[in-house]
Amino acid sequence: MVLELTPQADIQQRERVTNDFALMVATKNGSGSQTSNEVLIRSLFRMGIPVSGKNLFPSNIKGLPTWYTIRASRDGYIARRSITEIAVTMNELTAAEDIANLPSGGVCIIPSDWKWGQSRQDILYYEIPVKETVAAAQVPQDFRDRIANMVYVGVCAQLFGISMEIVRQALLDTFNGKEKPAMMNYGVVERAYQWAAENLEKRDPFYFEPMNKTAGKILITGNESAALGSLFGGLTVAAWYPITPSTSMIDGVLDHKHLRRDPDTGRDTVAVVQAEDELAAIGMIIGAGWAGARSVTSTSGPGISLMAEFTGLAYFAEIPCVIWDITRTGPSTGLPTRTSQGDLLFIYVLSHGDTRQVVLLPGSVAECFEFGWKAHDLADTLQAPIFVMSDLDLGMNIWLSEPFTYPDTPIKHGKTLDKIHLEEFFEQYGEWFRYKDYDSDGVAYRTLPGTDHPKAAYFTRGTGHNEKALYSERKEDWVNNLARLKHKYEVTARAAVPQPVVDYDATKTVGIVSYGSNDPAVIEARDMLAGQGIRTNYLRIRALPLAHEVYDFVRDHKRVYVIENNFDGQMAQILRMEIEEDTRHMGSLAQGDTLPMTAQWIFDQITRQENDNA
Amino acid sequence: MPNALGLERTDYKGSQSTLCPGCGHDSISNQIISIAYDANLPMHRVIKLSGIGCSSKTPAYFMGRSHAFNAVHGRMPSVATGATLANSDLIAIAVSGDGDTGSIGLGQYKHLIRRNVPIVYIIENNGVYGLTKGQFSATSDEGQKLKYYGVNELPALDLCLEAVVGGATFVARSFSGDSKQVQMLLKAAFAHRGTAILDIISPCVTFNNDDAANKSYAYGKANEKPLHEYQFIPVGYVQPREEITADYAEGTEIEVQMHDGSYIRLKKLDNGHDPRNRREAIDVLEQAQREQLFLTGLIYYEEPRPILGETLHVVDEPLATLPDSKLRPSADALSTVMQSFM
Repeated sequence: MVLELTPQADIQQRERVTNDFALMVATKNGSGSQTSNEVLIRSLFRMGIPVSGKNLFPSNIKGLPTWYTIRASRDGYIARRSITEIAVTMNELTAAEDIANLPSGGVCIIPSDWKWGQSRQDILYYEIPVKETVAAAQVPQDFRDRIANMVYVGVCAQLFGISMEIVRQALLDTFNGKEKPAMMNYGVVERAYQWAAENLEKRDPFYFEPMNKTAGKILITGNESAALGSLFGGLTVAAWYPITPSTSMIDGVLDHKHLRRDPDTGRDTVAVVQAEDELAAIGMIIGAGWAGARSVTSTSGPGISLMAEFTGLAYFAEIPCVIWDITRTGPSTGLPTRTSQGDLLFIYVLSHGDTRQVVLLPGSVAECFEFGWKAHDLADTLQAPIFVMSDLDLGMNIWLSEPFTYPDTPIKHGKTLDKIHLEEFFEQYGEWFRYKDYDSDGVAYRTLPGTDHPKAAYFTRGTGHNEKALYSERKEDWVNNLARLKHKYEVTARAAVPQPVVDYDATKTVGIVSYGSNDPAVIEARDMLAGQGIRTNYLRIRALPLAHEVYDFVRDHKRVYVIENNFDGQMAQILRMEIEEDTRHMGSLAQGDTLPMTAQWIFDQITRQENDNA
Repeated sequence: MPNALGLERTDYKGSQSTLCPGCGHDSISNQIISIAYDANLPMHRVIKLSGIGCSSKTPAYFMGRSHAFNAVHGRMPSVATGATLANSDLIAIAVSGDGDTGSIGLGQYKHLIRRNVPIVYIIENNGVYGLTKGQFSATSDEGQKLKYYGVNELPALDLCLEAVVGGATFVARSFSGDSKQVQMLLKAAFAHRGTAILDIISPCVTFNNDDAANKSYAYGKANEKPLHEYQFIPVGYVQPREEITADYAEGTEIEVQMHDGSYIRLKKLDNGHDPRNRREAIDVLEQAQREQLFLTGLIYYEEPRPILGETLHVVDEPLATLPDSKLRPSADALSTVMQSFM
């Protein structure tokens, strides 16, 4: 597995390139390079330069190749870029390919003790004394591998223009303010910085310069954002089974659980259970949701497969719960550490029989937070499982974002009758039936176990039931119940879920439809396309069921491109299935190559097709 | 006569059973109704949980005023785990079968026990799949004969043994035909804090009731060997102790103090089993399996260890009904968190 960095246009110019290039670090997994890379990202962030980082790591604890790309973009583009001008090659196993993949005019930073020589004439080499610097730093043996990665931090800082004061602060940020580890690393960075100042002659055109584009912003992963959103959404029971790339979502809940500590008792208002498998995890959150908790699980494709039966029960018995799917590539175990949006169709109709699921599609870390709390409101309001489909790229990579907005609506508990409300209900209607549609919105009224009223109880079941929640095999009962569920989904849920974000101008004839983590790449691609005279409208889907606006958008354009990061073009399939009119003007652009979406790929696809059409 | 809550025994009933006439499960439902009435169980706090199978239908047939959840096959324990975590004030009673617990649900059964989820977990064990018409189950005895499937040549799983080994603190076996013992053990189980396992042999009158079958009614009636005679003394019982113990011979009597202050007084019979001894509990179960003995009674009891909510360090008040002020941290809290990411 190698990082695909297709050499493209030659970078012949030697003009100064400021804050608009990417750097790739190739190391071995488990060598501690994550810390070094984070220090570089945080340094650029502190310099006010819009920055993004993509970790391309193996499904392995230690030893296999891993690449980290850091992109600085003075224009604020934060999508992955397929070209990286600078390669820090710290892994002998991949260095040959890493060097081969550099564009002409690129820069290679390589340990001098390898004595590899310089095979390419069209790139610049900086050979750096990694071993000697570490040896001179006199750090304990256990820390040597990790510290070795700090050498390239120092060299990069010197070569590309990051001040040591910035690095020091970034180290403190990375180590959560802990002086001792931060300063131990700082020693090595400083030594490498000094060495580079004294021994390297700057020959490349790449520079970082301070800007003011990150002030007041945050750096955070989507999974941690989702965890915070859940905690601010009143999460009370979380159950999960560890699976990459979802695990850090629950880690985030644990890390921030103090937000929900009861000051009087010092105990928590949120329970987190590590289940024995995903079957149990979903069972626990369904049991909890039934009993009145706001419950969540976090998983990925294989876990979703195991949850299929239980989510049908939650749909049919109408039990609130929230399921985060941090997608990775499938089928089967697939590539557990590579990103994909391949679970979309599966989740949409998850479980046997006539089941339709609500799926939220966050497109940023801010939306991971927002949908984190909204999902619980929606689950309670719709009395249904709510899926939130993020992905490995959004979930595990660090993203630049505005700080999150505090929830702008109070917690919604939906139609839940406590003792007093149940009494009032009886006064008004003379009855209460668990599955009767009193408001013509498909959503019935529920009671929670523990409600101190002799008529509060009902029987929850996955078997056929009538309005009174009694077992029924009558076909009329079956049909009525499914019709109500369909109405709830088609009408009430469709209106309640996050609506699409649309940039529309009636004079444009080309439309782009996308969703989720593709957003930054689409934004950048649209600018690139506009530069070529291809003006586009853009609709970003934020949930299933689709808003009617989505269908209209597809109908209203001469040509529509549906951009997504799975192999089969699953959203395009959904649109074809649901739009009655001819959709031959709609093309599916499905990348599905295991890596985060890039603007270049979108640009290439659309320009080619538009040129063909011209 | 109304109980202390002013409820009649009939108030504790559920809907009409749809099981086969004479099914052992109906007898167990009746014992549940009796003890719930006797013990003044507040039905609004009771939740009834089950999986899939004949036994799992029975929560519809008792305590109609309690919420019930008929979940998916074998995975009720996880639903029970979530529900009891969401509301620590609930009194959970689960009904499962040997297929539901012993085959598809064995993993969840053991993990429920391991977590010590507070629940009375009843297995209505008939050694056969009823709803799918007579297949062997994991508790079918070796050598058991069934009409369509011939002779079972695999060893039986002993769900009590699994429970003891898995860390259960209350494990009992009974026979649906021994209503007095079933009631006594149920009362004790409800007084227990943590997972209480009751494996009740409950004959399937349709598919596994040949007189020779080890889990048939006739076999049970003829061969049941209670380990002890029991008295359950609830909290606040005022009758003088001497009177109760009068007919027990010295040295054969054990008092098991329960967490809530009640206690079980048991008189050892032939076997002399002390349920407070884990090693003996395992031995007695293995002996029963080896010699095909129909031993019933309290097999194992130990001081309860922390229940799941305690292990997880959550507040005592039900999570499900916390006020919004305890569910959503303040805007200041968010801005402090945001600062930490800047």
